[in-house]
Order: sequence, then structure tokens, then C-alpha cells
Amino acid sequence: MYSALYQLLYSTLETLLNIPFWLFGSHVPHWLVFIHVSLILGGVCMMGFITVLALFSVWAERKVSAYMQARLGPMEVGKYHGWLQTAADAIKLLLKEDIVPAGSDKFLFLAAPVLVFSGSMISYVVIPFGPHLKIADLDLGVFYILATSALVVVGVIAAGWSSYNKWSIYGGMRAASQYISYEIPTALHLLPAVLMAGSLNMSQIADSQAYYLGDPSQPFYKDFSILNWAVWPWINPFATVSFILYFIASLAETQRTPFDLAESESELVAGSHTEYSGIRWSFFFLAEYADMFVVSALGTVLFLGGWHGLPLIPPVLEFLLKALFLMFVMMWLRWTLPRLRVDQLTYVCWKVLLPFGFVTILGSGLWQLYLVRTPAGWVAGTVLMAVLLLAMSRIWKSEPVPRDGEMTAAAASA
Amino acid sequence: MGPQHPSTHGVLRLLLQTDGEVVEKAQPHLGYLHRCAEKISEHLSYTQFTPYTDRMDYLASLNENWAWCRAVEKLCDLEVPPRAEYIRVIVGELNRIASHLIALGTHGLDTGAFTPFLLAFREREEIMTIFEAVCGARLTYNYIRVGGALWDLLPGHIDLILRFVDQFDAKLDALNDLLTNNHIFVRRTANVGVITREQAIEYGFTGPNLRASGVDWDLRRDQPYSVYPELEFSIPVGKGEKGTVGDSWDRYWIRVEEMRQSNRMVRQAIEQLPPGPHCGAVPRVLKAPKGREVYVSTENPRGELAFYIVSEGKTIPYRVKTRAPAFVSLCVIEDLWTNIFVADLVAAMGSLDIVMGQVDR
Repeated sequence: MYSALYQLLYSTLETLLNIPFWLFGSHVPHWLVFIHVSLILGGVCMMGFITVLALFSVWAERKVSAYMQARLGPMEVGKYHGWLQTAADAIKLLLKEDIVPAGSDKFLFLAAPVLVFSGSMISYVVIPFGPHLKIADLDLGVFYILATSALVVVGVIAAGWSSYNKWSIYGGMRAASQYISYEIPTALHLLPAVLMAGSLNMSQIADSQAYYLGDPSQPFYKDFSILNWAVWPWINPFATVSFILYFIASLAETQRTPFDLAESESELVAGSHTEYSGIRWSFFFLAEYADMFVVSALGTVLFLGGWHGLPLIPPVLEFLLKALFLMFVMMWLRWTLPRLRVDQLTYVCWKVLLPFGFVTILGSGLWQLYLVRTPAGWVAGTVLMAVLLLAMSRIWKSEPVPRDGEMTAAAASA
Repeated sequence: MGPQHPSTHGVLRLLLQTDGEVVEKAQPHLGYLHRCAEKISEHLSYTQFTPYTDRMDYLASLNENWAWCRAVEKLCDLEVPPRAEYIRVIVGELNRIASHLIALGTHGLDTGAFTPFLLAFREREEIMTIFEAVCGARLTYNYIRVGGALWDLLPGHIDLILRFVDQFDAKLDALNDLLTNNHIFVRRTANVGVITREQAIEYGFTGPNLRASGVDWDLRRDQPYSVYPELEFSIPVGKGEKGTVGDSWDRYWIRVEEMRQSNRMVRQAIEQLPPGPHCGAVPRVLKAPKGREVYVSTENPRGELAFYIVSEGKTIPYRVKTRAPAFVSLCVIEDLWTNIFVADLVAAMGSLDIVMGQVDR
């Protein structure tokens, strides 16, 4: 059936693309048709996946928040716990009036949601959902995702600037500074996993975690590679720290609480997309959830073994479960934590995440050289992590804030 | 900023002069909720004005009713039976809890925490249910009347109240775990919007905002009225545990502690509730003596709420003036909070617990 579909698509495109060639008496080359077929198939698949994912995760977010807040959440549409509510909302958004505020820069205003959404959509090209389920197997996969996610900034600034609204411009500027600062720690904290895998290719990174105790020839162990994920302290404790800090940085990358300053509704109404309505607004929304999945998928591939790990679970399902679990943690945090202030946000980035990034890169590199997958390494890693956790639990109390508020003063003068 | 803005608590409009993220000056513009309540009172009889006080501070209507009724009772030399006084303490303190819950919830919301807000509303909902059972209304009660209370508290109501009182302390502990001691929340509120002891006194602060600045002053203890002398309670005072005395976190914390004390008072008042009439004898046409002026202040959840009534010997007052504590709190925004972040301004304003209905009247 699939090949019939492919054949149909191929022959249709071949006929269409052949028209200009036919005028010159030649025939369209195979590679040109093939590129178009893959573009359309990939685009349709990505769009479909993102839409379904966003519909599901918005519904899940509402249910999670409702559960945490002693409410029910949507219960009516679709009979079973309101599972069709977001679909109904999407239809409503499609039908709503598309308002362009007077005084706005119309071209940028209309283009911004497209920029934002395409920035997060093209990241899906390199995400390996399973051993063979990926659109492109780029050798620079991780680098590519980092690069494309930077595209989102352009759209957000454009939205903030073009809206002709004070809150929008505030949101846009905040988002810009936030994206740009947090790009760096995000990338730094991905590097230990890249170091361990020795590759930037997403599939190879996932496969590098697939073997148990150094015997790659035994397929049986492959299924039980859960103990071999890069995240575990007995493999490399620095990668464990990196994973946690990467997750924190990725919260900021996706503008989730406690780093949702760019759209903090108590200060900036809705940030850069204050003035948007209808389908354009829903593109921002879609992009947010698409971004959440991208960073979760990246964490899953680099640290949680991608689709490897548990026996008896199909790889694609396992990958989705892990990524969706990370998304759940994001929702969990969102409905638990208050929001940071601007100066605290940059403080966390430059004075906490960044130095720790250097430490973890250096540390994991040395660990990789001398201790990885040796009995001494297993013991030392576990002990080191246990000591670290113990120390954390000791200092994990909210101490009095320093009286002079040097942080505030420093940021205010800057 | 405002009047349509998520964190201006109603219809406050702030004129912000900013330099990037830093607010150089914030000037409040008032009057969006002005309904001439004081002027209206000059055309209404003393008892008819009670429902208007409901609309002043719509989050603590009963305390507002109570303040008005106390002023009228003093003006006309009316006696209030002891049972009515106890009922007033019970519902008044419950309403204080409800009002503080909203203050805390919205303060959390201002710093970006959404869940504590809804948890606070869940607790408040139980108080609303109690009030609905007692007087039939959920927001504007008009329950405390001149001379006593409208209806008696029945055993069923008391069961409802006791059930709430019993579980409330545990709910407060949960709130502390979730928000009060949350590191981010502490970082956002401690040392933010500091009002020193001297400044608080100078501006005429009252209530929780004054006590958060370290001044041990509470009308319920220092100018006792009603049956407060019979009840055992303590007055929490700001100590600057997480930062400076009088910062936003202190104002938040004082309210948490006050809810505990209110809860204690409700329990004691129910235990001591005497039998008897729930409303004293009030003449059908209430006439105040000619030329008498009274100024009666009452401890409202937001501070010292006072009614100043001038009588000409008619059935209607000659002039009524309300001293609204929220109005006083609002004054500091322009003078004291300059050169702070937008986010800090929002967090500090949330800690003042301003109700625009009371400010604009």
C-alpha cells in the first residue's frame, strides 16, 4: 500500500515537473522528482505529527494542571475527559478573525508566526523516532537542531517589534536576550553526551548507548541497555549533571516556567504575541509545544538512549514515551514554580549554568579518557553522584536573601 | 499599565516611566471604580447604607458591614447582644481568612505561580459555601446589620464552620510548602518593595502592611472592641526572616500567620458562643442625636477601616467619610518604589493587597 502511494506521488510529481523539461525536449531527472517527493512526504508527516502532538499535549497540559490544582479541566467535548477539546479549540481558532493592529508593521506582523513556527518545525528533520524513522540522517544533527532553534528568535523579535504594543516589545526583547543567552549553556551541556558518543549524528549518538558492558555483538543485551544510558552516573557522572542542567536550560529555551518571562502574563499580558489572534496566535502556540518536544527529544536521544533501553517495547513507542515524559516534567514544573526575574534569569545562565558547563565538559572528557566503563569508573561515578546529591539535600533550603541585594543593583546599573 | 492589565487587581492604572526593564516612576491613577458611595449615603438611612459597604471591599464585605454597623451603633447608642457579637467575630474572621487567601493567591499569581492561586480559591470556596448557608449570598453578604446579625447561626452552620476550621491549618502548611518557602518565590519577594518602620508609620499604614514593617499594632488588641478581649490570639509581626523587615515576603508571611490566628479565634468563638438573641432591639426608624460625630475604626483584613459619620439629627447622615486602608497602601507606590524592575513592581504591589473597590469607593 505504501509503495502504491509512493508510486502515485512520484508519477504525479514527475508529470508536473516534466513540463518545463518537456519544452526543451528532455526529461526530468530522477533525483529532482525524488527530492520533491521526500519534501512533500516529510513535510506532511512533520506537520501531521506536530499537529497531533500539539493537540494531545495541550490537552495533557490542561489535564495535568487541572489535576494539580484540584480541578477537573475539560470534561465535555468528546465524552472521555474532554479529549476533543483542543481539536474544537483549534477549529475555533481557525475560524476567528485575523486582527492586524493599526500602526503595526504589517509585513513583519504577518510573517512572524511563520518564522517562529518554521524555526521549530525544521528541527524535526533530524529527530530519529526509531532506528530507521527519520527524515534526514545528518552527520551534524545536534548542531543542526541548535542552529534551527536559533531561528525562532528572529520570529519572536519580529512579532514583538511589529505589533506596535509596549508589552509586545518588552516580551520580544526579553525573549531575544533569553534565547541568545540560553543557547550557550544548552549547547555546552549537550557536549558531554556528544563527547561520549564521538559523533554529532543523532542516530549514532543513540546507538552508542545501546550496548551493555562493552559487548556490542550480543543482540540480547541491546534491549536491556537501560543501564548504559549516558545519563547514568556510573557511566559518567558529569553527564548526569549535564543532563539536569541541560533540562533546566531547555526550559528557558522553550520559554517555560520558571523561565517564561517573555510571556509572563502578570507583567507583560502575553509578551510578544499579545496582539495576535486566531490562527496566527495558534501558530505561536503550536511552535511552543513543538519546541518542547524538540528539546525533550534531544535530551532523550543524547542522554536517555533514544529508542534503546527497555525490552519488549517497540523502539518508536519507547522514544515517544521518554520524550513525552520529559514534556510531562516540564508541565509539572510549570504548574509548581513561580517565575524568575529578568536579572535572576541572566544570573542563572551566566553564573551558574555556564561555569558548570565548562566543568562538565572538562570533567566528562577526562572521565572519558581514564575511567569510563571501567569497574573503578562505575564505583567512583556512583559514589560521586551520591555524595553530590547528599550535599545538595543539605544546602537545599531557602536561605535568607543577602540584604544589600547586590544582584538587583548590578543588573539595574547594567 | 492598566486599567486592563492582569496584575493591577481590578482597575488600577499605573503610569510607568521606564528605562528598559527598570521603572523609574510609577504613578497610580485612580477613580475607575468610583461610585460615589459616600455621597450616596447622604440620601439613605443608616440601615439602608449597609449593602453599599458590601461593594466597597468586595473581598471582605462582612468586615466592611461590621465597621459601618459599629459606627452607627456608636452614633445611636445601640446595644448589641453578646451572641450577635460572637457571630460577628466568627463570620468576620472567616471573611478575613477568605480575603487573605485571595491576597496570597494573587500575590503568587503576580510572581508567576498559578497553582497556589487555585488552591487558595479552593479553600475560599469552602468559606463561601459556609456564608451561602448562613446568609444566602456568596460575595456581597449584607449579613451584619445595625444591632446584630441578620440571621442566627444554626447548629448545621456551626458544623460546617468547625469542619473547615479543623482542616485549615494543614492546608496552610501545604501552601507554605508549595509557595511560601519556595526558593524562587523568596528570591522574588524578599528585599523587594521594602517599607521601613518609619515610612510605614509616616504614611499611615495599618493592618498587615504595618505589622509587616515591624510595628506591633492591632486594633483588635490595642483598642479592643466586640468580644476580642475574651479571645486568645497573638499578633504576628514582620521580622524580616528572609530579607529585610517590611519587604514583600514579610507582608505575605504576616497574612499567612494571621490566617492561623483567625482560625484560632473562630474556633474559640464557636466554643464560647452564648445563647440569646442574634440581633438587638433597633427602632424601625433610626434617628441619630443632633450634632453628634463619631469616628469608629475597625481592623479590616487590609488595615484600619474607619467610618466617620456626622449626624444632623435626621434619619440620614449629614456626611460620611471612609478611611480606606487600601488607599493608604496605594500611596507608597509613587514615592517609595522608584528604580525597580517591572517584575518587582508587580510583585511588591501584589503584596500590598489593594482592592480598588475600597480605594475608589
